[in-house]
Amino acid sequence: MPAYTLTVNGEPRRFEAAADTPLLWVLRDVLHLTGTKYGCGAGLCRACTIHLDGEASFSCQIPISAAEGRNITTIEGLSPDRSHPLQQAWIEEDVPQCGYCQPGQIMSAAALLARTPSPSDDDIDAAMRSNLCRCGTYNRIRSAIHRAAKMKQAGATAAAASGANAEETRHG
Amino acid sequence: MADPEFAAKSPLSRRSFLQVSGGLGVGLVVSFLLPACGREDAPGAGARRGAAAAANGEVNAWVRITPEGGVVLSIAKSEMGQGVLTSLAMLVAEELEVDWAKVRSEHALADTALYGKWSTGGSSSVRANFDAYRRAGATARELLVAAACERWGAPRSECRAENGEVLHPATDRRLAYAELAERAAALPPPAEPPLKARADYRVIGKDVRRLDTPAKVDGSAIFGLDVRVPGMLVAQVVRPPELGGAVDSFDASEALAVQGVRAVVEIPNGVAVVADGFWAAQSGRRKLAVVWKPGPHADLDNAGVRARCLAVVDDGIVARNDGDAEAAFAGAPQKLEAVYEFPYLAHATLEPMNCTARVDDERCELWVPTQSPTGAAEAAAKITGFDAEQIRVNTTLLGGGFGRRSAHDFVEDAVHLAKRMKAPVQVVYTREDDMKAGLYRPAGANVMRGAVDAEGWPLVWDQRIASPSIMRAKNWLSGMKDGIDMTAVEGVRNLPYAIPNLHVRWADLELPVSLHWWRSVGSSQNGWVTECFFDELCALGGKDPVEARMRLLAEHPRHRRALALAVEKAGYGQPLAEGHAHGVAVHESFGSIVAQIAEVSLAQDGAPRVHRVVCVVDCGEAIHPEGVRHQMESGITMGLSAALWGEVAIEKGHITTANFDAYPIARIDQMPRVESFVIAEGDPMGGIGEPGTPPIAGAIGNAILKLTGKPIRRLPIGRVERMA
Ligand code: FES
Ligand code: FES
Repeated sequence: MPAYTLTVNGEPRRFEAAADTPLLWVLRDVLHLTGTKYGCGAGLCRACTIHLDGEASFSCQIPISAAEGRNITTIEGLSPDRSHPLQQAWIEEDVPQCGYCQPGQIMSAAALLARTPSPSDDDIDAAMRSNLCRCGTYNRIRSAIHRAAKMKQAGATAAAASGANAEETRHG
Repeated sequence: MADPEFAAKSPLSRRSFLQVSGGLGVGLVVSFLLPACGREDAPGAGARRGAAAAANGEVNAWVRITPEGGVVLSIAKSEMGQGVLTSLAMLVAEELEVDWAKVRSEHALADTALYGKWSTGGSSSVRANFDAYRRAGATARELLVAAACERWGAPRSECRAENGEVLHPATDRRLAYAELAERAAALPPPAEPPLKARADYRVIGKDVRRLDTPAKVDGSAIFGLDVRVPGMLVAQVVRPPELGGAVDSFDASEALAVQGVRAVVEIPNGVAVVADGFWAAQSGRRKLAVVWKPGPHADLDNAGVRARCLAVVDDGIVARNDGDAEAAFAGAPQKLEAVYEFPYLAHATLEPMNCTARVDDERCELWVPTQSPTGAAEAAAKITGFDAEQIRVNTTLLGGGFGRRSAHDFVEDAVHLAKRMKAPVQVVYTREDDMKAGLYRPAGANVMRGAVDAEGWPLVWDQRIASPSIMRAKNWLSGMKDGIDMTAVEGVRNLPYAIPNLHVRWADLELPVSLHWWRSVGSSQNGWVTECFFDELCALGGKDPVEARMRLLAEHPRHRRALALAVEKAGYGQPLAEGHAHGVAVHESFGSIVAQIAEVSLAQDGAPRVHRVVCVVDCGEAIHPEGVRHQMESGITMGLSAALWGEVAIEKGHITTANFDAYPIARIDQMPRVESFVIAEGDPMGGIGEPGTPPIAGAIGNAILKLTGKPIRRLPIGRVERMA
């Protein structure tokens, strides 16, 4: 079997796999990163969403041969300690029910926020409409994304302010 | 042991899933960690006594205090999203007097000596165990207090438990539970520990945080498919594609040539490809050549199912007979007849069915997302011939259940294969397997006749139902009464409307499609039929649907109260946006009454769009109100998907619905705004997991009736003809 190298959650990983193995099964069965879920294997549910070079992608639809050398982020790598604003917001809004779709939901939302820091409801619909949730947590997902966007902005403002203060201190 | 990467990541599930070779199984009613043992799982000295004491209750919680003062509660109900790891933990915590922030909960083992036969369904987890879990907490509290009293030489009356400590205010002394746990475990449990009065609740009725959320936002939550047992193989099972078909022969040579494929094995449910991982199993399966024996139903399709239902609809058994529907119908001034038809539905949990099993000469261990761990153990016992003590069932989190995971087809597959392979095997249903090898909500037909009196009020309701019986198919005789499957007539037999001539009968028929309980069971279709036909009668008599319900529900004050609140919150009767209409439905199931008002419009292409749903649930008592609202949202979404698009297709004796493209479920941009209101006034406690589902199809259908003048008489609704 051919060998591949990927960067997964910031770490280089080297392994062998059949060339047509979807990235999803490399993550789950080879690297034991089981946070990324299998829901349909056909690009229809997005439970398998990861970031491929920063873009939200269906890992069940990407053969490993097409991912060689690329940069992958999975739910496990979103933050080391559930501190990502989306994870915080998800907890605040009590989003998950069974929870199975949620890693995919959060990864899709993270890609959305990276691109569109304060998304409208339409932006959320467009970015999230392929992520299925059988438990019907959609309204809470929407609230949590709005909340995370606000947290991020508040964080960015605070960081900018403290950065400015630091500058002033140095100059002073 | 499991690999360290896995070990590091799941605090929620550590105990259950890392002890892959553990020799546990001894439990306690109230078991306390012995700090000196140094092992979290070491049973305390009270194990024997605890086990004996537990034997007289149906369920006993397992309270554990960690050396750091954490509280770990074992819950003998399956978490499938309905929040049971939180709500039942709340009951224990209420009596235990601990800080909620220190509480964790996890699934108990399937140990019948401790927990009785446990399974999860019928929206019964909390209402059936309200006392048992509070008593488990109270027992633990009393033991801890007794240990402190003994240490201090103080009488019980001078001590009290508070926030994880026992206090002796007279001498200003206090001891943490962690310091008392070892001694407490050795004391005799009190026979009747006092329980709090409702007015004194501090946890029950509060919107505490769900305990399972953190692990569900960082990928560390362990579902069945996430179990990784050392040396584990992965199998897919190819089943006969035709209803009633069977394996004739197969040629595995090409499949076995695929790298990573270990074996191709015939088991009772089909032919399994066993491999190193999912992808190798899938690749091998694609090369597997099976010759199937055809089934005897090659002509069956959805239209045929409907025709067969209609053919027997008059042969039913009478389930209710008030007045004289026949005579009243004959003499009524205004009447109508209608046929209501509903399709098979798949559960389509987002995590497909799966089970991991390991079987050696003496033991069988399962890791399985199941609603019925005891049933899973029994299924394993049948195959292995083992006694209950030789079988251990670890219940993982369930990626959805909705009834489907109370079956054991996937357990049987895994046990057969683990036995044959002499290695741990994880059986995975692909999405296509999951849908095609589904066990379905029955299809059926209703022939309805109704009439209104001279003033336009409903006078006759004659409902003849034909649908295959789940209870008969499962040989579940307690679900049959006087030859009637009680699930098939639920919500109809007990129709709450005061209609003087009311006739209900139900006819069974055998069809070759496997059946199973699907969220809200018979109410999932009956809530729609009864509520939509009621509005047809209102339209016939020129009555407002809310006014008519209020009048005909005079004997049902809880229904009226729920409906009145929904009317108020929805602004029913006030003008809506152009092209929008409100539809109303009320349905009681599993002891709870739910009123829903849906605001609906139709797109250019006739596709219904549900904008907003106001939902009022009267569940008597709400342990976790936010959890109740969760379940209403969830039940509505599932019912909405079924109403608009849900249908399992049968063509030429084959189930052809295979994936989410053919079986759509609601997406975020199709999700209505849902506003849920909980009435909990101390009436008998009702269920929560299911009652949110039945009314929504009726509410949507009734809104469409208003918009188009045409009733919705067949599900799924799909697209409707707009009024010219
Ligand atoms: S598993 Fe990849 S889209 Fe469903
Ligand atoms: S939370 Fe269960 S599928 Fe989304």
